[in-house]
Amino acid sequence: MNSEEGKQMVNYYSVGAEIDLGTPVSGSAEPITLTIDGTPITVPKGTSVMRAAAIAGTNIPRLCATEDLEPFGSCRLCLVEIEGRSGYPASCTTDVEPGMKVFTQTDHVAKLRRNVMELYISDHPLDCLTCPTNGNCELQDMAGAVGLREVRYGYEGSNHLDEPKDESAPYFTFDPSKCIQCSRCVRACEEQQGTYALTIDGRGFDSQIVASQKEDFLSSECVSCGACVKACPTATLTEKSIIKFGQPDKATITTCAYCGVGCSFRAEMQGDQLVRMVPNRDGHANHGHACVKGRFAFGYATHADRITTPLIRESIHDEWRKVSWQEAIKFAATQLKNIQKEFGRKSIGGITSSRCTNEEVFVVQKFIRTAMGNNNVDTCARVCHSPTGYGLKTTLGESAGTQTFDSVMAADSIIIIGANPTDAHPVFASQMMRRLRQGASLIIADPRAIDLVDMPHVQADHHLQLRPGTNVALINALAHTIIDEGLEDKKFIDERCEPDAYEIWKKFIGEQRNSPEALAEVTGVPAGQVRAAARLYANADNGAIYYGLGVTEHSQGSTMVMGIANLAMVTGNLGRDGVGVNPLRGQNNVQGSCDMGSFPHELPGYRHLSDEVARKLFEAEWKVELDSEPGYRIPNMFDAAVAGEFKGLYIQGEDIAQSDPDTQHVHAALSAMQCVIVQDLFLNETAKFAHVFFPGSSFLEKDGTFTNAERRISPVRKVMEPKSGMSEWEITCALSTEMGYEMSYEHPRQIMEEIARLTPTFSGVSYEKIDALGSIQWPCNDQAPNGTPFMHVDEFVRGKGFFAPTPYVATDERSNSRYPLLLTTGRILSQYNVGAQTRRTENLQYHDEDRLEIHPEDAQLRGIVDGSWVGIKSRAGETVLRACITDRVQPGVIYTTFHHPESGANVVTTDNSDWATNCPEYKVTAVQAYPVSQPSQWQEMFQRFDKEQQELLASSQETVE
Amino acid sequence: MTVNTRKLVKMAEDITANLSYTDDEEVVASKIADHLSRFWDPRMKEAIISYASTKESELTDPLRLAITKLAD
Repeated sequence: MNSEEGKQMVNYYSVGAEIDLGTPVSGSAEPITLTIDGTPITVPKGTSVMRAAAIAGTNIPRLCATEDLEPFGSCRLCLVEIEGRSGYPASCTTDVEPGMKVFTQTDHVAKLRRNVMELYISDHPLDCLTCPTNGNCELQDMAGAVGLREVRYGYEGSNHLDEPKDESAPYFTFDPSKCIQCSRCVRACEEQQGTYALTIDGRGFDSQIVASQKEDFLSSECVSCGACVKACPTATLTEKSIIKFGQPDKATITTCAYCGVGCSFRAEMQGDQLVRMVPNRDGHANHGHACVKGRFAFGYATHADRITTPLIRESIHDEWRKVSWQEAIKFAATQLKNIQKEFGRKSIGGITSSRCTNEEVFVVQKFIRTAMGNNNVDTCARVCHSPTGYGLKTTLGESAGTQTFDSVMAADSIIIIGANPTDAHPVFASQMMRRLRQGASLIIADPRAIDLVDMPHVQADHHLQLRPGTNVALINALAHTIIDEGLEDKKFIDERCEPDAYEIWKKFIGEQRNSPEALAEVTGVPAGQVRAAARLYANADNGAIYYGLGVTEHSQGSTMVMGIANLAMVTGNLGRDGVGVNPLRGQNNVQGSCDMGSFPHELPGYRHLSDEVARKLFEAEWKVELDSEPGYRIPNMFDAAVAGEFKGLYIQGEDIAQSDPDTQHVHAALSAMQCVIVQDLFLNETAKFAHVFFPGSSFLEKDGTFTNAERRISPVRKVMEPKSGMSEWEITCALSTEMGYEMSYEHPRQIMEEIARLTPTFSGVSYEKIDALGSIQWPCNDQAPNGTPFMHVDEFVRGKGFFAPTPYVATDERSNSRYPLLLTTGRILSQYNVGAQTRRTENLQYHDEDRLEIHPEDAQLRGIVDGSWVGIKSRAGETVLRACITDRVQPGVIYTTFHHPESGANVVTTDNSDWATNCPEYKVTAVQAYPVSQPSQWQEMFQRFDKEQQELLASSQETVE
Repeated sequence: MTVNTRKLVKMAEDITANLSYTDDEEVVASKIADHLSRFWDPRMKEAIISYASTKESELTDPLRLAITKLAD
């Protein structure tokens, strides 16, 4: 290989097959020395003989063992001889001991292994050449390894060869004829995923793997995480994509583009064809686990709906024109400049995407602050976690979660508030369930009974089923109990927190109005239960709080985040493993988009524009004068647009027309603008209001980084070229240059270098270091060269922790005689946010419409029956959904998901928002519900508009082609 | 009052309600003014200052004081 070839390969990050050492790492530090086949080796105590041998370079044959699962000792292939011991112990279930002498290959064990293999093969189809796992089958490998040459039993006897295949699951098949009963699938479902959907039914020869109560996979409890498929050593459980394409020939490590867990994956390829995504065992966020979205739902990336050519039009009722990149960029720049000439410098702005990479986001906010010359930049975090930024910055000093995900394994008491991890952050949920099965206590605060309230082997100790909108009352009641009962960590408070602020807070929280007894009426949660939950959390050695959008998307979202931080501080649950305040971020790069300076009031690294030193630093680097005043937030932009003062918007990968509240207001705002530029994969709802469409690229088509909910910066790597011919950062740079501010980079690595130069918490970050370490948790700088797993260890980022008083202020969205119900919203496992990606995959088989959950009492009162159409009306608008009658919701509360645009969930949500950040109050809308027989007026209008826009897109393509 | 002014007043009153955890109106007003100064676009600040100066403006006391501070 010449050096140029070598460089190319290194740049491609292609990796070989995953190495499996047979049993999990022990975790002990105590060294044990033994000999294996005469060679001495030292390994940690608790290591299996199998793993020790593998470390020494000897792969003992095995079938039921894998590094991902606890050893089981069932296949009897890994037998060894150990001096001084009788018989042939299984090396997977035998731990090393000092001085142990192991012989992995003797005549006796060789014969035994051959005999075992002979039995397996006597009841296994011999169709290796046409088998989908040909070339990647452990059974085949083992037959080779043990030297199997004959099957003396013949193939005529009783067997399982005619067992029917189950092809019901969308992404994999189950072929029992190939099953060897190693139970790896059953154990993966149990240990890794925690769903317990699989079991071995029957005994001896009759035993078989079944899903739930002998159901097909699709109708069973299976959540399609793919753990069993990865674990299967044969072709019994096989990806349909492998059956279709064959085995991949190369793999690249990259990061999932779905939720904020940020799982590391091996993108396994044939040429530029993605064959499958396999969770990376070395992935620091997911440790080899995945969910149905990241593992399987990648088909959207090559979906026929992808738009790959730039499009422009004068009016949103015109046909789209397919144009060259040059023409599209020129058209957009001219429009924006003309608007600024007529309406002023601040009459345009942009929105960065929490789905795009850090580098792409950084470039967009830089473009807005330089080329547009204003601070009208915001991001979709506005509508999800902006209160986290505000609340944690105020109390702790940094706008980010405090822990690693792994920290949950050291937590003794876990509180989940307004989050539904098994649906929205499934891979982390699996880890949390592992800890819960080990005995950690669980407190859930949620208006609705989420799955974790009662699951196989997981039951919440307390489900504080509060009324929507009363979070702050509940958190105050919990904190009041801690002070009232003397459960606070006085030493931590004295040493780590501001004394004056603490005294003010203590006085405030100690007031009778904040007691669980006084607030029971407000929250609906009995005082005794609140007190018991507070004691459980406060008395635990390590208490950890996890929260989601059920905390932030309220009129008091920021107050609630501060209340959570207060609760962690008052109990001393910050600054070490097993504790902390952990926001579960919705989208893959919400943390990153916030870090990158996407908010209108602050520069990258959360530095306020009024910070003279920071501003000068950026001005020197960017050679431009920056406006020191904040710009518009997204809702401010909409209001100004409707008022005719805001005329142009550049939207990077966000579908505000579907995802933002009060849809009719958003549509009015978009319609009032002269130039809406959408950069996305598909003609999404927002693009129907656009004048310029820049085709974006999927995460498979780009180099860059995502930052997950634990501040972990992980690599995103290009495995195929951008379908539009242009990377997203290149589009932004070209637009900027055309508008008069020249911006150019050769590679995203240079953008990261600029971020590192300008941002103290990123100063030690580089692509080289990410490649070397796999991922990095910021802050990463001279003080923490390899990153920071736990924040606020010796002191808070702001110095002393600040207890902010958190008065409960009831929301204006209250039920009344006209709108007697409270609507709240959430996500489901198989779909992702606006669904633009997951609706273009087979995940539709799991969830093809949004349903309205309503309590039987409320349904009966209104004559609503299960599956019937229900009108939902709020002061903002009206929509129609089909009913799902369930007691998961309490009487007086209704619930829906929002993954399908025609559902119009946000037609109903209002403009009410968090007082500090304007994060919309999605989680509480006062509504009425009633039986109807037809779609709402809005839905009919939506259908007409959608049809018109699809036709305008289709005809544009016809005219060119 | 325009729709947008009404929205601004609502937002400002929400801020006021959430920062009014002490009876010291001076302290509360300073916090409100600081919040508006740090997070509001100048056009929004101007709009609420100009609304506060009208005779028909209806604002709670701490907010009115905060707007006076903001205007200075």
